[in-house]
Amino acid sequence: MSAGDLFLQQVLNGLTLGFVYALIALGYTMVYGIIQLINFAHGEVFMVGAYAGLTVLLMIGGQGSAAGLVAALGAAAVVCLLLGLAIERVAYRPLRSAPKLSALISAIGVSFILQNAVMLVYGAQDRYVPAALPASGWKFGAVTVTPMQAVIFGVSIALMVGLQALVYGTRLGRNMRATAQDPLAARLMGISVERVIASTFAIGSALAGIGGVLFGTYYSTINFHDGYLTGLKAFTAAVLGGIGNVPGALLGGVLLGLLEGLAAGYLSAQWKNVVAFAVLVLVLLLRPRGLLGERVAERA
Amino acid sequence: MRKRTSLAFGLILLLSFFDPDPYRSEIYATAALYALLALGLNVIVGFAGLLHLGYAALFAVGAYTYALLNLRLGWPFWLGLPASGAAAALAGVLLGLPAIRVRGDYLAIVTLGFGEIIRVVVTNLEGWTGGPNGLMGIDHPSVGPVHFGVDSKPYYALLMVLIAFTAAACSRLKHSRVGLAWAAVRENELAASCLGMNARQLKLLALGIGGWVAGLAGCVFAAKQGTITPDSFDFIVSVMVLAMVILGGLGSVPGVILGAVVLSVVPELLREFTQYRMLLLGLIMLLLMRWRPQGLLGPASALFRRVREPAA
Amino acid sequence: MSRLLEISGLSKHFGGVAALEEIALEAERGAIVGIIGPNGAGKTTLFNCISGVIRPESGRVRFGTEGRAQDLLGLAPHEICRMGIARTFQNIRLFPEMSVLENVRIGAYVRTQADWWEALWPWSRRVRQEEAWTSELALRLLDRVGLSNKVDQTAGSLSYGQQRRVELARALASEPDLLLLDEPAAGLNHAERQELMGFLRDLRREELTILLIEHDMRVVMPVCDRVTVLDHGLRIAEGIPKTVQEDPHVIEAYLGTET
Repeated sequence: MSAGDLFLQQVLNGLTLGFVYALIALGYTMVYGIIQLINFAHGEVFMVGAYAGLTVLLMIGGQGSAAGLVAALGAAAVVCLLLGLAIERVAYRPLRSAPKLSALISAIGVSFILQNAVMLVYGAQDRYVPAALPASGWKFGAVTVTPMQAVIFGVSIALMVGLQALVYGTRLGRNMRATAQDPLAARLMGISVERVIASTFAIGSALAGIGGVLFGTYYSTINFHDGYLTGLKAFTAAVLGGIGNVPGALLGGVLLGLLEGLAAGYLSAQWKNVVAFAVLVLVLLLRPRGLLGERVAERA
Repeated sequence: MRKRTSLAFGLILLLSFFDPDPYRSEIYATAALYALLALGLNVIVGFAGLLHLGYAALFAVGAYTYALLNLRLGWPFWLGLPASGAAAALAGVLLGLPAIRVRGDYLAIVTLGFGEIIRVVVTNLEGWTGGPNGLMGIDHPSVGPVHFGVDSKPYYALLMVLIAFTAAACSRLKHSRVGLAWAAVRENELAASCLGMNARQLKLLALGIGGWVAGLAGCVFAAKQGTITPDSFDFIVSVMVLAMVILGGLGSVPGVILGAVVLSVVPELLREFTQYRMLLLGLIMLLLMRWRPQGLLGPASALFRRVREPAA
Repeated sequence: MSRLLEISGLSKHFGGVAALEEIALEAERGAIVGIIGPNGAGKTTLFNCISGVIRPESGRVRFGTEGRAQDLLGLAPHEICRMGIARTFQNIRLFPEMSVLENVRIGAYVRTQADWWEALWPWSRRVRQEEAWTSELALRLLDRVGLSNKVDQTAGSLSYGQQRRVELARALASEPDLLLLDEPAAGLNHAERQELMGFLRDLRREELTILLIEHDMRVVMPVCDRVTVLDHGLRIAEGIPKTVQEDPHVIEAYLGTET
């Protein structure tokens, strides 16, 4: 494989990862757009989704199959949707009038509870996820695309298109946009802000859950600690694209995935994590609004 | 009332010091180490109101500074102690310089990010830091003829002294001109600035002092363990110390010591429950925020008052 | 008479909107200058520019008497306070968890120097002296504003009018040469208003220069030496109160308003 081919393959791998990040980043960005809070527990929702998918795949016989994958995706979406609602109810809603930092600490608490809960049920070691699809892929010139990668692209794109349709074509979407712009005015217009916030959490969490299953089946191993790491990276993606900006989440996800893929390919697996953290710190310091976001207030 | 609690406290300290059981002595030493860390973080989070999620990194700087000075340059513990403090103080300030330019929740994430970067860098710079296997063979301290060795008691005593000095210093600072200024910046930074307070400098001061204390703790930790690895400076350590500060009561000097003791001792008492550690920690944080944000001994800190501020 | 404050060509835009457009303003030492205008005229923005909270796009703010005047633009708020300017805020900005006494004592921050290092040693003379001085100053000021009996109460627990007085005492604790008051009469009843006006006259007798943003004409007209009128970021009138009151542009700007 020539250097150019290797590069293209890395780009493809990076893009695949990037789309998963984008799915999770959407959750961060949507919640931030509505309540101006970073949902620290969102990474754990992703992780729970991965484990929910694993459970389903094991239940139907541990063999992988396309149908199994679909079932896993569905299960994770439902489980995480409910989990998202619960998190909003327990960690955020009671602290609505308290300063933001209380909610942040509360969310850290939830994150720890979820991590530990999963660890207790599934064990602390990595768990192997049965491959749902055949490993051999299709060659496009120098590059190989595996079925799993194709699924990731397909599902992500479909979901994002669906999200756009929801946000711009439905009543709920209109309410979400109104609340994001001006919650007080939205309330005066008769919109149930509580319902909108809950829906936002629900949708974002479902997307993260699906991302979790895709991640798990693609990489074949999952660990209860994945939520922290991947969550932070997806958050980086959201901030990179512009927190609160939906297309930004996709852009940020893709960019970060590419950066990380290239770092893993050309540096080492260790350093790829540093890349993500470095990007996070740099963006927050040099351009907090990200690539597509609006000016972020710099003083409390 | 005050006198009686101090006496009771002193009695407990005395008893714990003369407790012959080595297992329990180890717990006391651990609690004392955490208490020192909590005091340091309290300056940053409680006094200056900066939510710092990367304190473990400053702890690590202290530990590795002594370890390297000792292993590579043969420095003795008593020289390493202030050096570690200074190194961690510098790290606290340098890492804080860019971080304090951003708002509250972003500040938290930036400090988290820095903390992780430091940990990953330390894990990967094998040549310098020994990588994931860390550094070993670090010297224990000696005071004249007395060599510390591996027994917990002398470290406990040393930590007691450090805690006493640190707590006294923190108390004095809290009620001084600077302490009042920190409170003002915390409660309304704009008004404080217009009254002549340089918020940036005040925040960096808090980060420096907090770092110094973390450095001291790190040095003692390295000297006691003899071996240090990056694992000891994980994110969960940062969160643990933060939980101790919040539980004890943000800004309260005796409070955070109490919080540290509670969160170190209680898990040990429930030995079989170590695997529930994160769960318990998470529950505590969740419940505290919901029902008692001021913790055990803290007054309702400005960090947690209901936000009523209209736009300027 | 010496001119303490001289503002010229001050402009500030937010997005496409001009909050201030080529504003000019002068204040003689020891004078009370009123700044009036309808809501949104740019009055608080003007204060924010003077105190360094906002950076205007252009203009000059010269502060200090002849020969020692300095341009304030580009300085940070804490540096500007150090030069002798203090302010109060439209939406009261007290330190709510601190006691009333602590609020006023910290107002004197800029007039004290004890470093953090000194606070660590129990035997530091300067620390003890400064603590005594700030306490005494704060108690004196609080007595002046009639709040001696509230000294140890949490500032956030006071009534609106009382909080305004604490904010005023706090501003005075920094021993300023120029005092910027942003709507100090808002929400006050008749008796409180009279007290405020008397207080302002006392301050003027002490050579303190005051810029006063106010909506309430019952306070502005009797107390101010000169009045500047802003509307939509422009200065539309300036002069002694009587002249301004009869200025047709001013009347038009205020059409139908005012208590």
